[in-house]
Amino acid sequence: MHQYVGLIVLFPLIGLLVNGLLGRKIKNETIVGIIGSGAVGLSFLVAAAIFIEMLGMPADGRSQTVTLFTWIAAGSLKVSASYLVDQLSILMTLVVTGVGFLIHIYSIGYMHGDRGFWRFFTYLNLFIFAMLNLVLADNYLLMFLGWEGVGLCSYLLIGFWYDRKFEGVKITWTGDAANKAFWVNRIGDFAFMIGMFLIFREFGTLTFNEVMGDAETLAVGNSTVFWITLLLFLGATGKSAQIPLFVWLPDAMAGPTPVSALIHAATMVTAGVYMVARNSALYALAPDTMTVVAIGGAMTAIMAASIGIAQNDIKKVLAYSTVSQLGFMFLALGVGAFTAAIFHVMTHAFFKACLFLGSGSVIHAMHEEQDIRHMGGLKKIMPYTYWTFLISSFAIAGFPPLSGFFSKDEILWKAFADGSAVFWFIGAAAALMTAFYMFRMVTLTFEGEPRWAKDKHPHESPATMTLPLVVLAALAVIGGFVGVPAALGGGNAIEQWLHPVFVQAHHSLALPAHHDHATEYLLMAISVAIGVTGFWFGRSVFLKNPDADRTIAAKTGVLYRLLANKYYVDDAYHATVVNPIVKTSDRFLFGIFDVRIIDGAVNGLAKTTGWVSSMLRYLQTGVVQNYAALVVVGIVVILGILIFT
Amino acid sequence: MIPVHYYLILSAVMFITGVVGVLTRRNAIIIFMSIELMLNSVNLTFVAFSSYLGNEAGQMFVFFVMAVAAAEAAVGLAIVIAIFRNTQTININQVNILKW
Repeated sequence: MHQYVGLIVLFPLIGLLVNGLLGRKIKNETIVGIIGSGAVGLSFLVAAAIFIEMLGMPADGRSQTVTLFTWIAAGSLKVSASYLVDQLSILMTLVVTGVGFLIHIYSIGYMHGDRGFWRFFTYLNLFIFAMLNLVLADNYLLMFLGWEGVGLCSYLLIGFWYDRKFEGVKITWTGDAANKAFWVNRIGDFAFMIGMFLIFREFGTLTFNEVMGDAETLAVGNSTVFWITLLLFLGATGKSAQIPLFVWLPDAMAGPTPVSALIHAATMVTAGVYMVARNSALYALAPDTMTVVAIGGAMTAIMAASIGIAQNDIKKVLAYSTVSQLGFMFLALGVGAFTAAIFHVMTHAFFKACLFLGSGSVIHAMHEEQDIRHMGGLKKIMPYTYWTFLISSFAIAGFPPLSGFFSKDEILWKAFADGSAVFWFIGAAAALMTAFYMFRMVTLTFEGEPRWAKDKHPHESPATMTLPLVVLAALAVIGGFVGVPAALGGGNAIEQWLHPVFVQAHHSLALPAHHDHATEYLLMAISVAIGVTGFWFGRSVFLKNPDADRTIAAKTGVLYRLLANKYYVDDAYHATVVNPIVKTSDRFLFGIFDVRIIDGAVNGLAKTTGWVSSMLRYLQTGVVQNYAALVVVGIVVILGILIFT
Repeated sequence: MIPVHYYLILSAVMFITGVVGVLTRRNAIIIFMSIELMLNSVNLTFVAFSSYLGNEAGQMFVFFVMAVAAAEAAVGLAIVIAIFRNTQTININQVNILKW
């Protein structure tokens, strides 16, 4: 079955071409929607078939490379369009196509009546196509193609409603938000590219398997590998919204909500996590980079979670929550728990997609109202949305036995056991905040008395929207059972499944084996207690007084303003990076360099030409006989030269 | 049999006469006649060499030259008439509207 992997990528490409070229003519939303969703659905079926066949294979035969054609052959650089189908990539493919398919279905309902309906599905299919290239690529260059492709789709979809206003720091409309996402990602992409060049210089190849094979001979602490991994991580911070490049993700919420669910929660932003996991063998050789990754992840987790507490836009809360959860994943990667990171990628895709789609359903019902202070009491009106949202909130807060409990707990346990108690403490604090802001949001949105204007008539969303919600909520419930740890009597199936992919990294890291179940039980109990505490606080405080934010703000003063203004990171970036660049461009590059030097050179050339011509024109007497005489003189001279030499 | 260099000398004299005529005369029609003189000096050279080398190609060239000369004369005279209608003169010193 492995050889059919090309089909997985082909279907979205066909969908994109059909909708992109004919969508404007088709006009029928149902047909456009079916083509777009069907393409992704077919990809999912093929991926599932390959996955099922892999399950029946011996562990060492599961990983295969399928070469479609040679893409670039230039000297020693040989890059082929080939896909690496292994345990890791097929898992990511299943998540991308599976969650992607559900979100496509949802979009049929959500985007109903939008004049850009066909354009939306074209972009979505383009995104799936690029994302599949990213996760299936067997070399850095093809991965980079997908990496840039998803960045482009992110840009196109954030600015999808290009004529709408959008509020943000120095942002007034959706186009600004799209540009911001593109530019910030550009910084990360640049680092990724430099890292890729370094890899080619060091290893002479860009194929994952060959690089990892060569890496086996290198010593731990190799300085080139340190720089390679650090640059790749900087690339990941751009795409996966980590400190210092996380600022674009909250503003990416300018896009339609299915986009936020698909690209800015479930799939694209996890590309950085996937990339680091794919290069686990290299990262294991650079302990310093691992420390940087772990610290960056932990800082991002706690910082974004604390910002999430003070946000009032339902999508902004979820956006900061996503940044925070991505921080958890990087924390796991940093301590060498690659499996836990990928596990969390998967469960997070389920519950966060469900939460985003649920928020979209609410926004849809409230007629584009996104402020949770103006909601409330939607529980009875939108039961499907409420229950799925609630289940996913429990999952993200880490209530057993929902999926988030297992994956988050695995990360916290590994952070404690293989990292340090500090990492565990930061993670636990972030988890507490997560539970708190999630139930603050649930309570303000769905519980209590309605606080919306009388002229609004909220209603439950159509079946195309609620059905994906139900499926995703079900996945958020059961998704964790593939990773039940040994301490709870589970086989940790996902760890065994991914073991061959990370075996080389684990070998280099040489982590000690843990058999101390008592500590694990204790930490587990603490995280459950944390989840319950957050839930209880978030619920009781805001159920009693929906306006509690004001009381809290008055009591905490500066601290609350700091959180509400996102630690002024955006403002700081504006003051230190954006403004100097804009000023330099305006005053020096435009005012002096462009106007004086570039334009001066061009105008000077024109003036010189004009002056020389005005001198030369005296040669043109206008008397034909003068010209003829010159011709004769010329001929005589030439003849003379020919005859006498 | 007259030696071939007699013809060539005659031809050269005719050609130089034509060149001097073109460069010095101001009357457009006389310039035309000078050009015809140059063309025919070339024709003479062609014929002389054709006979000398026993090759007919030169004679064929002469016919082409005559045809082109006829066409050129027709067009040229038409232009001269057009100029005369506009300026009442065919003195080329007074036809200098392209001059700076």
